[in-house]
Amino acid sequence: MKKYAAFLLSVVLLLALTGCHGSREKAAFVIPSGFDTARDYEITFWAKNDTNMAQVNIYKQAIADFQALYPNITVNLRLYTDYGKIYNDVITNIATDTTPNVCITYPDHIATYLTGADTVVPLDDLFADPRYGLGGSEVRFDGPTQEEIIPKFLQECRFNGSCYAVPFMRSTEACYVNKTYVEKLGYTLPETLTWDFVWEVSEAAMAQSSDGTYLVNGQKVLIPFIYKSTDNMMIQMLRQLDAGYSTARGDIQIFNDTTRSLLYTIAQHTATGAFNTFKLAGYPANFLNAGQCIFAIDSTAGATWMGSDAPLVDIAEEKLVPFETAVMTIPQFDPENPKMISQGPSVCIFQKEDPQEVLASWLFTQYLLTNSVQIAYSQTEGYVPVTSKAQSSAEYQDYLSRRGEDDDTYYSVKIDAARLLLDNTDNTFVTSVFNGSTSLRNAAGQLIEDVNKSVRRGQTVDDAYLDDLFEEVSALYRLDQITASEGETELGPLPGASKALLAALAVCWAAMGIYALAERRKKRKQAA
Amino acid sequence: MKKFVAMLLVLTMVLAFAACAKTDTTETTAVETTAAAVETTAAAVEETTAATESTEAAAVAVMTHEEYLAAAIDDQVCVETYVQAHQSWWEDKITVYCQSPEGAVFAYDMACSEEDAAKLVPGTKIRITGYKAEWSGEVEIMDGTFEFVEDGDTYIAEALDVTELLGTDELIAHQNEFVTFTGLTVEPSTDANGNEAAFLYSWDGSGQQGDDLYFNVSVNGETYNFCVESYLCGADTDVYKAVEALQVGDVINAEGFLYWYEGVNPHITAVSAAE
Repeated sequence: MKKYAAFLLSVVLLLALTGCHGSREKAAFVIPSGFDTARDYEITFWAKNDTNMAQVNIYKQAIADFQALYPNITVNLRLYTDYGKIYNDVITNIATDTTPNVCITYPDHIATYLTGADTVVPLDDLFADPRYGLGGSEVRFDGPTQEEIIPKFLQECRFNGSCYAVPFMRSTEACYVNKTYVEKLGYTLPETLTWDFVWEVSEAAMAQSSDGTYLVNGQKVLIPFIYKSTDNMMIQMLRQLDAGYSTARGDIQIFNDTTRSLLYTIAQHTATGAFNTFKLAGYPANFLNAGQCIFAIDSTAGATWMGSDAPLVDIAEEKLVPFETAVMTIPQFDPENPKMISQGPSVCIFQKEDPQEVLASWLFTQYLLTNSVQIAYSQTEGYVPVTSKAQSSAEYQDYLSRRGEDDDTYYSVKIDAARLLLDNTDNTFVTSVFNGSTSLRNAAGQLIEDVNKSVRRGQTVDDAYLDDLFEEVSALYRLDQITASEGETELGPLPGASKALLAALAVCWAAMGIYALAERRKKRKQAA
Repeated sequence: MKKFVAMLLVLTMVLAFAACAKTDTTETTAVETTAAAVETTAAAVEETTAATESTEAAAVAVMTHEEYLAAAIDDQVCVETYVQAHQSWWEDKITVYCQSPEGAVFAYDMACSEEDAAKLVPGTKIRITGYKAEWSGEVEIMDGTFEFVEDGDTYIAEALDVTELLGTDELIAHQNEFVTFTGLTVEPSTDANGNEAAFLYSWDGSGQQGDDLYFNVSVNGETYNFCVESYLCGADTDVYKAVEALQVGDVINAEGFLYWYEGVNPHITAVSAAE
């Protein structure tokens, strides 16, 4: 009996010990057997818009239409115009357990939300549920099936072994080019922009007359090349050159010789005044539309602000300069193998104690993928719908075909921007998502911003400067403290202490075996 | 012997289990620490930037306002001035409207602890070191740090009436100053849906209460767009409520700071009915 008890205790402890390694709390949401329509639900939806009334109207319409289908679900809309503000508010509300039910977000941000237990609902089971899943039999609207969500976009929401969001809209970056000025400078736009071309034309544009005005625009202000998002700039340049940024697990690789070389190039063109950034100068669109910029790189979701006929303008009418706008992919190092970032809002669902409330949230989230919402929202900017169901619909195809019919719904620059992404979906990429990936992204932009500022402020950018910059940025963003992710990724070798413990256990089991054998022999001898 | 072996085995397992649990706790803490570190990155950036620039600041002499105006964009500048108002503190940064008898400066996103932010009351004298910058027409001090000047001196600017300068080239000479406008008529603002209103939440009406307010006013036959910056005057302030109560056709006086965004775009801090 004693032996049995000791053995049992040992097995129990061993099992407990085994379960210890690599464990991670999983979301506890279980899909209810049915949606209880006898109850009323009130869910909150934190939605991001681009300070765009049309987008707000679409959210409101979507809510009204959804509530008509599900009268027992009330959706309360809270509007944001900044992803960072949503992120900060979510972090604050995780602490007080007052997160929204449904939230527009970036996958990078979800990785941080997931450091709290059971915060964000993994969606794989919901996708596949035959009744309430994508294309499910009990869903009261004509939503997409899982296969109809563009696989590449859906994949962007998958990390740590689960899908934690659905894509809502997708965009990329575009280079909005003042074609008129490029040709005035004696150049012809290539089929695909290259970095060399953009730098060369930008430098050529810096020629001034004796009165200080620039020859190309006759004005005293000209920044030939302005980049809105410098984090994207660095990320895309590195990816195009197959240089290190991070591993999928979160190992930081950005501080490398390629980054150094890119920063030297940027410093060189900053020094001549050919290059500047949004953070230091202002919105690229304002300079472009005033004839003070030739290459303006911004999101395709900013297309309605670009061009002299843009429906949205932030500068005085008398400052607008007429020119032909070309919408092109961002510059490439290898035009035969273009690479550009995929970005845009995704939607996640926060865990709640009541699974029925989560199911109500899921139904609303799914409604955001219906053609009516997808097509309407995509038309507000240079976004593209995230489902093949919407992209291939007659309504959407008709929209694309009417490019240039007016300077509003069918504004040519906006539709060109959407087409750019539709034509290049296979050339898009996303960076790896892990806890700390947001910091790494910020650090990537900071490198460019710091070099830009330093050059303008008369500091020398050399090897010593870049050594210090790498060290400072790594420390500022605590990149050296980012732990590689767990989940289903490779756990790596066991630490020494664990090895020692396992060895001790092995010794114990061996001793026990030897002892048992010795006892057996002893008994046999006694019996003999 | 049996008891001894069984006890040894159990103790080994228990100790191993305890060690494992401890390791797990450590890992959890590490993850949480990392998350905290990630979340406080912005603050860390500012703190370190402040420290770095504070060192640089030692080399810069305090400028007169005239010297500040003469400095080129991207030059390092250092001015002594007085706080008139500030936007809400956030992540160890603060944006401050400053003015001295000689002129005004706008200090954008200065490094500032929450404790120091509480001391930035109107009239407080501070010495700002940073870089002169221009962003969409607004000339400001960027990447600034500041220190309190404890000489007992304080200053609160009187609002300068610039109504007659609206629409003239002279107005920009008063950029960032505390100013007043009189006899303004509230004109309709049209939102993106084509609806007219006396004011809009966000520039096109796409916002909601708590966001910046925009409203149009006319004087001398020209219409101008004014703003109640929500980080300066939030939804619970008198001016925010007063603008929400405006009707098209009201004749008002307004005061605020002569901010610039692609043209004059004052940040209004008070509105009253014109007599």
